[in-house]
Amino acid sequence: MRKILSTTLILLALYACDNNESEKPDITEKKKEVVENYAKIVYANYTDAYNTAEVLKDKIDDLIANPSEENLEAAKEAWLDAREPYGQTEAFRFYGGPIDDEDGPEGQLNAWPLDESYIDYVEGNANGGGDNVNVNIIGDPDNFPTIDKELIVSQNENGGETNISSGYHAIEFLLWGQDKSTGPGGGERPYTDYLNNQDCTNGNCDRRAEYLLAVTELLLDDLQSLVDEWKPTGSYRTFFTSNAEIDNSLEKMLTGIGKLSKGELAGERMFVAWDEKSKEDEHSCFSDNTHRDIVNNAKGIYNVYTGSYTKTDGMKIDGAGIEDLVDLENPDLNDETLELLNSSLAAVQAIQAPFDQEFLEEPGRTRIKTAIDLLRDLGDKIAEASAEFGYTLDPSDV
Amino acid sequence: MKIDTRFQIIILTALLFALTVGLISCEDHNESFSWLEKGEEFPAGLATVNDQSVNAFGNPAPNLTGDKDLIFVTGNSFFNRNWVTAPSSTEDLDGLGPMFIARSCSSCHFKDGKGSPPLEGEQPVSLLFRLSTSGTSDNGAPVPEPVYGGQFANNAILGVAPEGKVKVSYTEMAGKFADGESYSLRKPTYEFTELNYGDMDPATMVSPRIAQHMIGLGFLEAVDDQTLLDMEDPNDVNEDGISGRVNRVWNFEKNEAEIGRFGWKANQPTLRQQVAGAFNGDIGMTSSVFPSEDCTSAQQDCQNAISGGSPELKESILKKVVLYSSTLAVPKRRGWDDDDVLRGKQLFFEAKCEACHAPKLITGNHPDFPEFSGVLIRPFTDLLLHDMGEGLADSRPDYEATGNEWRTPPLWGIGLIETVNGHTNFLHDGRARNLKEAILWHGGEAQSAKESFVNMNKKDRESLIKFLNSL
Repeated sequence: MRKILSTTLILLALYACDNNESEKPDITEKKKEVVENYAKIVYANYTDAYNTAEVLKDKIDDLIANPSEENLEAAKEAWLDAREPYGQTEAFRFYGGPIDDEDGPEGQLNAWPLDESYIDYVEGNANGGGDNVNVNIIGDPDNFPTIDKELIVSQNENGGETNISSGYHAIEFLLWGQDKSTGPGGGERPYTDYLNNQDCTNGNCDRRAEYLLAVTELLLDDLQSLVDEWKPTGSYRTFFTSNAEIDNSLEKMLTGIGKLSKGELAGERMFVAWDEKSKEDEHSCFSDNTHRDIVNNAKGIYNVYTGSYTKTDGMKIDGAGIEDLVDLENPDLNDETLELLNSSLAAVQAIQAPFDQEFLEEPGRTRIKTAIDLLRDLGDKIAEASAEFGYTLDPSDV
Repeated sequence: MKIDTRFQIIILTALLFALTVGLISCEDHNESFSWLEKGEEFPAGLATVNDQSVNAFGNPAPNLTGDKDLIFVTGNSFFNRNWVTAPSSTEDLDGLGPMFIARSCSSCHFKDGKGSPPLEGEQPVSLLFRLSTSGTSDNGAPVPEPVYGGQFANNAILGVAPEGKVKVSYTEMAGKFADGESYSLRKPTYEFTELNYGDMDPATMVSPRIAQHMIGLGFLEAVDDQTLLDMEDPNDVNEDGISGRVNRVWNFEKNEAEIGRFGWKANQPTLRQQVAGAFNGDIGMTSSVFPSEDCTSAQQDCQNAISGGSPELKESILKKVVLYSSTLAVPKRRGWDDDDVLRGKQLFFEAKCEACHAPKLITGNHPDFPEFSGVLIRPFTDLLLHDMGEGLADSRPDYEATGNEWRTPPLWGIGLIETVNGHTNFLHDGRARNLKEAILWHGGEAQSAKESFVNMNKKDRESLIKFLNSL
């Protein structure tokens, strides 16, 4: 009797141990692999953003030294190229990482809409007239005698209120100018806006050049700070990949892509424009490049989930990704997520440029709405995957 | 074996006995009074959301029907966006200023939360200043100061001089609780400096108003006028010391008087007018509700500045921001059934705080939101004006509200202000640095309630605060 009892008790205990909450060792190892591969991808992505921005700076230097049609076009090309890696880095937002913690440079790098009138001349109606038409920083040497990085940073905190006058879109504005067309085609700023001689158009060509240079240098500084945080010895990377942080880091990875998918991309960037049919309610409104922003954002989500990233030079990083973890926990959910990832990526790629024409009429509107719905579903699906690991994520809340 | 069986029977009998006694005790408990009410942790019924994070105020009501949750997304977007100087490529977003105090709704209502007074040396952003001179307009509204208009603008677009700067200073006033513990309250004084348009009329009346948190507003709008009228007692007929009354204000679209309920002195009758008023006065955006800028004849640059369209704020966008503002969910309470919290609730009733901070209201019919109609809500406000005493007075009448009167603000969500907005500044100008100070500023009709608080022992005071923080 006693022997049976004790044997049963021992078996029960063993069974209980088998079913307790501690993780299978292979999942813990896998999580670490996934987090480390993510850090590798983030570093590579920000490095690409930095390097392409350096090329942009070179082309801008050329434009300013020798203003010409060719040099302006080259600078624009370089800007478009620089946006390709940056758009993918937006998957690393929304969890207070180096990009958007309390002093993160996200706003300074990519905020929108730009206060155009604040920076440079704009087309306006002369109703009311007066001397105050088109007062702006470039056109106001009395109040803004020196244009440099410090001025631009201080404008960003003007009166405790963020005023958007820096970053990618400020550079875009200074290269393309306002998009005044009702049809397709971006801005058409003449290169002569940078001719520092009697043929200067629209005044203050030297100051315009200074502004362009200052915002570009500021952009590089901000990107550099991100590269420094995520390089192999970087302080954030060290923290992020430490053993104590693995679960938190995994949660952050999921938060970033969940919120980018539903709240930011599907919601803020695509739905609002589709809903309001607002002219130029698109992030890259001067260059009409918003369709690429959308595709790159979607790619960023794909990169993080699959643990892969194709660098600007064509080399591919391919390692452990969230998909591997979800597959271990819930293979059906993983299949569903991959399905949505692929279909949403295809849907955004089907959106025809330019975005601000596409949302005006059919069949463009349906193409956009299809992508919006898939990205929203993807966000929800990522929230489900998060729940598998015990995290709660609200993908709408950005 | 026999011993084992007998032993088992004894054990079983003992268990059965304990169980019976236990059940009887439970029944006994049910007969004694508890301050706990079923469902009180859901202050807005099905529109309550379980969120205690920094985003606690930013969720749409979970029970929204139709496509309102999508409209919420668009409304949210425009609530957060910066408006820019006209003219701009982004035509729907231009029209900022020429005079303004903030560039976006969210800069004052950060995370749909509560503003706070400026730090030393900073200009206020989420604290606005209403200006008026003596008399009332034909529709009962205050008369704007002739040069500076109806609201002070300490910011402006390039090329237009802002009206000036605001200097805030405080005087500390010491006091003691009945048990000897001391406290200090800070009384603010406001000075307008570096005025750009000449002297301000010396008889100008000034009212500082801080940005309020924005949860459950659609519910407050759904409360029937009659419900408010039933609660008012302007002549204190029942002699309980409380004389709450409605404010009759002007509806600019209907061109008629209506009962007000939004704003620190209940000076706005509808959320639509409140939102449009804020766009106009705080950001400088004209709309179909308020088609003119607040530029006086003395402010030529302001008048000459380029407009962002007629109106600057598109009707469809205004509508969506109004929907957004109406449908923000109320967060679930925390620790509502805690013993200390329930003790605090008891004290709240014993001190008669509930005479103005009405714990329960039933909404009427909201034409736009059936989800908010006929619901029991727990906002802890009667939405009425009350004389709060000399200490809190701004001495500036606002429609029928006197210089001493303030609308009872809703208390739902106040326990989360610290999490959402990182501060605990309360009352109309953020002078109270915590809830204790907020209570201590109560005077006038609330004098005896305040005295009850002063006379409580420390443990009771802490329980009352705990109750308030659970809201």
